[in-house]
Amino acid sequence: MSLPLPVTVIGGYLGAGKTTMVNHLLRNANGLRLAILVNEFGALPIDGDLIEAEDDDIISIAGGCVCCSFGSDLTGALMEMANLSPRPDHVLIESSGVAIPSAIVGSVSLLDGFRADGIVILADAETVQRSARDKYMSDTVLRQITDANIIVVNKCDLVTPQALNSTRDWLKSCNAAARIIDVRHGVVAPEAVLDSFLGHTATSGPFHHTEHLEMRVFTPDGPLDVDALAQKLADDASGLIRAKGFATAPSGQKMLIQVVGARWETSIAADDKADGIVCLGFKGIVADLGEWYHLLVSNQGPPDPQSGALTN
Amino acid sequence: MTATTIYSARKIITMNPSCPTATHVAVREGRILAVGSLAELETWGPYTLDARFADKVLMPGLVEGHAHTMEGTLWRYVYCGFFDRADPNGKVWDGVTTIDAMLDRLKAAEADMTDPDAPLSGWSLDPIYMDNVRVSRADLDSVSTTRPIGILHASGHILNVNTKALEMGGLLKEGLNHPGIPLGPDGLPTGELFGPDTMTPVGVHVGFNRSLTDSDAQGLRDFGKLCVRTGVTTITDLAARLEPEGVDSMLQVTGEDSYPACVVPLQLFMGATAQETVDKVVALKERATDRLRLGRIKAVADGSIQGFSARMRWPGYHNGAPNGLWYTAPEQLAELYRLALAAGVQVHTHTNGDEATEMALDMLEPALKDVPNFDHRFVLQHCQLADAAQFRRMGKLGMCVNLFANHHFYWGDEHYRLTVGPERAQRMNACRTALDTGVPMAIHSDAPVTPLGPFFTAWCAVNRLTASGRTQGEHEKIAVDEALYAITLGAAYTLHMDGEVGSIEVGKNADFAVLEDDPTEIGAANLKDVRVWGTVQGGRIFAKADL
Repeated sequence: MSLPLPVTVIGGYLGAGKTTMVNHLLRNANGLRLAILVNEFGALPIDGDLIEAEDDDIISIAGGCVCCSFGSDLTGALMEMANLSPRPDHVLIESSGVAIPSAIVGSVSLLDGFRADGIVILADAETVQRSARDKYMSDTVLRQITDANIIVVNKCDLVTPQALNSTRDWLKSCNAAARIIDVRHGVVAPEAVLDSFLGHTATSGPFHHTEHLEMRVFTPDGPLDVDALAQKLADDASGLIRAKGFATAPSGQKMLIQVVGARWETSIAADDKADGIVCLGFKGIVADLGEWYHLLVSNQGPPDPQSGALTN
Repeated sequence: MTATTIYSARKIITMNPSCPTATHVAVREGRILAVGSLAELETWGPYTLDARFADKVLMPGLVEGHAHTMEGTLWRYVYCGFFDRADPNGKVWDGVTTIDAMLDRLKAAEADMTDPDAPLSGWSLDPIYMDNVRVSRADLDSVSTTRPIGILHASGHILNVNTKALEMGGLLKEGLNHPGIPLGPDGLPTGELFGPDTMTPVGVHVGFNRSLTDSDAQGLRDFGKLCVRTGVTTITDLAARLEPEGVDSMLQVTGEDSYPACVVPLQLFMGATAQETVDKVVALKERATDRLRLGRIKAVADGSIQGFSARMRWPGYHNGAPNGLWYTAPEQLAELYRLALAAGVQVHTHTNGDEATEMALDMLEPALKDVPNFDHRFVLQHCQLADAAQFRRMGKLGMCVNLFANHHFYWGDEHYRLTVGPERAQRMNACRTALDTGVPMAIHSDAPVTPLGPFFTAWCAVNRLTASGRTQGEHEKIAVDEALYAITLGAAYTLHMDGEVGSIEVGKNADFAVLEDDPTEIGAANLKDVRVWGTVQGGRIFAKADL
């Protein structure tokens, strides 16, 4: 039985830059096979130079990626993706501008063989607050924002720093649990958007450094309370956007930890996995994670000054 | 010279004010040559007098402006509705008024099945009329534990399934956390599935998948029989996906010499951009035939009122439910309107809640300023909660409306009690206001949601009775004559077909509803009981008894 296929929902109102970001991810897929599900084929969602072949249902993209539209049948399209050979590594659902992302995650959660990786919402730095006041779209836009694990504020170059700060503050007031990343032209670190990139980069690099994100690998030196660790990593104060890796529980059971924003989960993993958690976070804040680890282990026993060191 | 047939009738109700009734109609080349007295008609030269309708009443062939051909397909499943309903072959199925009666009917159907693995499917269940009793998978397990069973509710938004179906759909497991899947004390789903997201994974195993909305060839033929039985000669399929194979199949079936109706299928605006959709429909228009009138678009703005997915203006739902869902963004609708106006393609927009109606009006107004189109006749479909101000705007913008009169009977009590409350329930499907504000109006069944039958629909609009027998919205009643206009010329107008069908006058298609009773004499309270003998479509005669 293969591992569940991770599914990320990419949402946000019309014009926020979902398609631009998806194309950026495809250009930087770096060997990962992405399956993009779009609500409509419409004004071709994929940049022409990335397309290798096209038939009625499916667009084949350079690097083993694919794109197809789901129209009104998301479940059917997901099943189709799971049956592709070779199977994709990760499914991205680019939802329509009026879709409620948590409802999509709800549907994904019903299907065996899939795992919801999180909800990434794009917000247009210039217009998101206006959209959130729109006569018709207000509640829809606000629900999209409150559903997010990660909010990507796009088109940051089009607003003043003061306006950007005010937009960020407002987003935070709508959804305190979400992590907020500023980008331009949809250029986001793929590791921040997709769990699979995080794992992929950790083994085969290179990391797409941006000016304010950094990635570190944190290696526990022995068994620990895995749920407590995951919870710490998901705490807003950790400065982390995502974390993924393996740790050993006091019972000796190897566990997989997956964190996106404030959401975390742990699950049983194969014994041959080496301990190590890849953490992606905001520069300057991640460094403090070592301190946190000490706090954590101090609950369990005397801290070892050498353990829990973060390594680049 | 081609042959002329003159039909004599007890009475011909023409819908043409300059000759409102007549005794004879002359037909040549499938069209109406003349209407009047025999002496007037004889002036056209040699003819054959056909007296087969001498004791019948002829009306223009009825026009149903909002139905779905899938009704024809659904009749291959077990009917589980509360009200008596006639199938395409004329058999009237008693309504099932208790869950036990439904289970007995399912057991009888199950006993006749030969393939032990085939799914057993039912449709049109509505527990609203049974004190909202919940059907569980255990109930359906009493019919079979080995074959999957699924019963679709009348609303189309809820599916009841048995344990086997849940298992096949991968939902027979603990730990599900979804608002559309109620769990029993054992932590497993009860077998009720709410909303398309939860219905789809199981629906495919019990005969309900997405493609059901595209009727197959047999379904379309059966649908044609229902048209004959109800006096309908022009009917919409609102809306279809119109995939290439589906279009080919519809062209073939409606092209058969024996096909008794003109079908008007609308392309659903979903899963493609506005530009693509308009381009596709412009191309489809080229393939239209006399009996398959391709070339129109259906957009969907919001969901349904009883499903709490309709978009409501303040103060929202009466029971406090959160506002519903947008199915199409305002910008997308605005773009569709602009492109369609420019291309001369008509758009019908589903709006149920009054906020959805407002949005459609707000998007059309600037589009019309950019792209003036003086006879666009864009239609709001359902438009159930519009207030008088919105109707006045529709009138100013040149819009038409097609109101869901049947809904008022079937779910009016529910709306009064639960969804919108007494005041707005009174004004739902406001036919009087539509006519008084000059909005061209049709009324519809939305078959299979409610049964096809324009005389029943007319009765609903005239009497405004709910299922419990209350008159709801006295002021919004319309007169019998107005209702008869709505199910003929009124509906034809909303399809831009009023020059071809909808009245009996020279030059129009020889489309008649052939009736045993006179709907103008039978009385408002009995309008639904008008007996239909059959139809004439394009001069071809279809007797109900011969189907």
